[in-house]
Amino acid sequence: MYDVWQIRKDFPILQHGVNGGPVVFLDTAASAQKPHQVLDKMRTVYETAYANAHRGSYTFAEEITTEFEAARRTVQNFVNAKEAREIIFTRNATESINLVAASWGEKNLHVGDEVLISQAEHHANLVPWQNICEKSGAKLVVFPIADDGSYIKEEYEKHLNERTKLVAITAMSNVLGTVFPIKEMVKSAHTYGAKILVDACQYAVHQKVDVQDWDCDFVAFSGHKTYGPTGIGVLYGKAEILSLMPPYQFGGDMIDHVTYQKTTFADIPARFEAGTAASVQAIGMAEGLKYMLALGMENIEAHEEELTNYATMRLNEVPRLKQVGTAIDKGGVFSFDVTGIHPQDLAFVLNKENVAVRTGHHCAEPLVNRMGYTSLTRASLGLYNTKEDIDALIAALLKAERFFRED
Amino acid sequence: MNIDELVENFAFFENWEEKYQYVIDLGRKLEPLKACYKTDEWKVKGCQSQVWLVPTFSPHSIHFCGDSDAILVKGIIAIVLMIYNDKSAEEIKKVDVEKIFAKLGLEENLTPSRRNGMMSMVEKIRQYAEAAKQAD
Repeated sequence: MYDVWQIRKDFPILQHGVNGGPVVFLDTAASAQKPHQVLDKMRTVYETAYANAHRGSYTFAEEITTEFEAARRTVQNFVNAKEAREIIFTRNATESINLVAASWGEKNLHVGDEVLISQAEHHANLVPWQNICEKSGAKLVVFPIADDGSYIKEEYEKHLNERTKLVAITAMSNVLGTVFPIKEMVKSAHTYGAKILVDACQYAVHQKVDVQDWDCDFVAFSGHKTYGPTGIGVLYGKAEILSLMPPYQFGGDMIDHVTYQKTTFADIPARFEAGTAASVQAIGMAEGLKYMLALGMENIEAHEEELTNYATMRLNEVPRLKQVGTAIDKGGVFSFDVTGIHPQDLAFVLNKENVAVRTGHHCAEPLVNRMGYTSLTRASLGLYNTKEDIDALIAALLKAERFFRED
Repeated sequence: MNIDELVENFAFFENWEEKYQYVIDLGRKLEPLKACYKTDEWKVKGCQSQVWLVPTFSPHSIHFCGDSDAILVKGIIAIVLMIYNDKSAEEIKKVDVEKIFAKLGLEENLTPSRRNGMMSMVEKIRQYAEAAKQAD
């Protein structure tokens, strides 16, 4: 374990506070705060070695290209990929998934094929599949989860068959916190010859991603949730699959050779990185990943597990509060409803108490509806949260409960 | 009660709790909106909570009814309607709603990031006023 109070000093925004008081930041599932190591690194690059990566033939250009490619290797190491060229930099995880849907999907999905997803998917892992299924004539199949948010193995396997060409599944639900058993799900998908894409946006923040152990075909996650900057995300794909995929955006350095009549395209990863790369963001993202690795993923997991247990227990103290998503295997994401208080009203009082949470459908509208709600309040943990943060949340919820009581 | 009286009342509040408790009370006393209007047709888009706004046009003025499933938003609706109700289209156009909300110390409710859709509602009121003027 690590000293969380020491760690918090790395995060300028947590020191800075908000509205003249300390901030209780419980919205890491939406986006994480940044340690100064990430901010310093990006500033240093801009101040000392900035140019367009993979373009110029002068010192700055060479330096930033070296750093950019080193960032790719850091990501490779973070997810334990076999090769660096299996790491594609994108704008965010949503773009990563769209890339697979547009490129792999357009080439491989046909009438009669099926794409299988769970009920717990974020819009980013649902809408791109809806769209490509509509275009290709393939069918989008959704397998149910349990009322408490748990994964149901029988349901998953029942919906897999020889028509399934792709499974797209979250490793951890952004609403329910449910952790899905990716390794065994990959194995089942592969027995039918289906490919499997893992949305690891939430999972990668809390637990170790190992693409070789999972044996999955694609993984998407973003920089801004792993303590790095916005504007950068990652698509991991097995080299043999990526190599057969056509480009989906054109221009820039993704070419091999261009004439006015015809273009041949570069190998991976360049083929999928059209236009000027978000090089400084990629370098910043790598710095965030290094920060997590230095703390130790197992330490982050242990710290958050302790807090998760504490929060689950304390939330029960709030009258009329119902937790939504209570699977046994779940991470530090707590969605809840307080009977009689609209989440927006709740969040207003929480904000007045400097407690930052998210409300709404959390970009997973069908899931929130499936759980029986149109809107939920969500608190979520990061590596910098403390028991005191949970105490502040509970105190603010109790205050809100009194504030809106009609008497 | 008119807006000037409301501004006077607001001057007495010492903290946000008192102020917003009063806003909640205004919401609870808001003229009720008939259930038959709580449909998509009358919903104001761009709000995190559900907000409905229904105009009734008279020869020289417009009367609005509104509601929300969030109680604080309902209170803010009560204030917005206090500002705009039973005015002519021309008068509606002239209202500086930001200034009034600033006087009340409620300007935080009009920022786009609050996403409670109050600005969407004000926009909608202005559109209805514009439509009424065109029809004249």
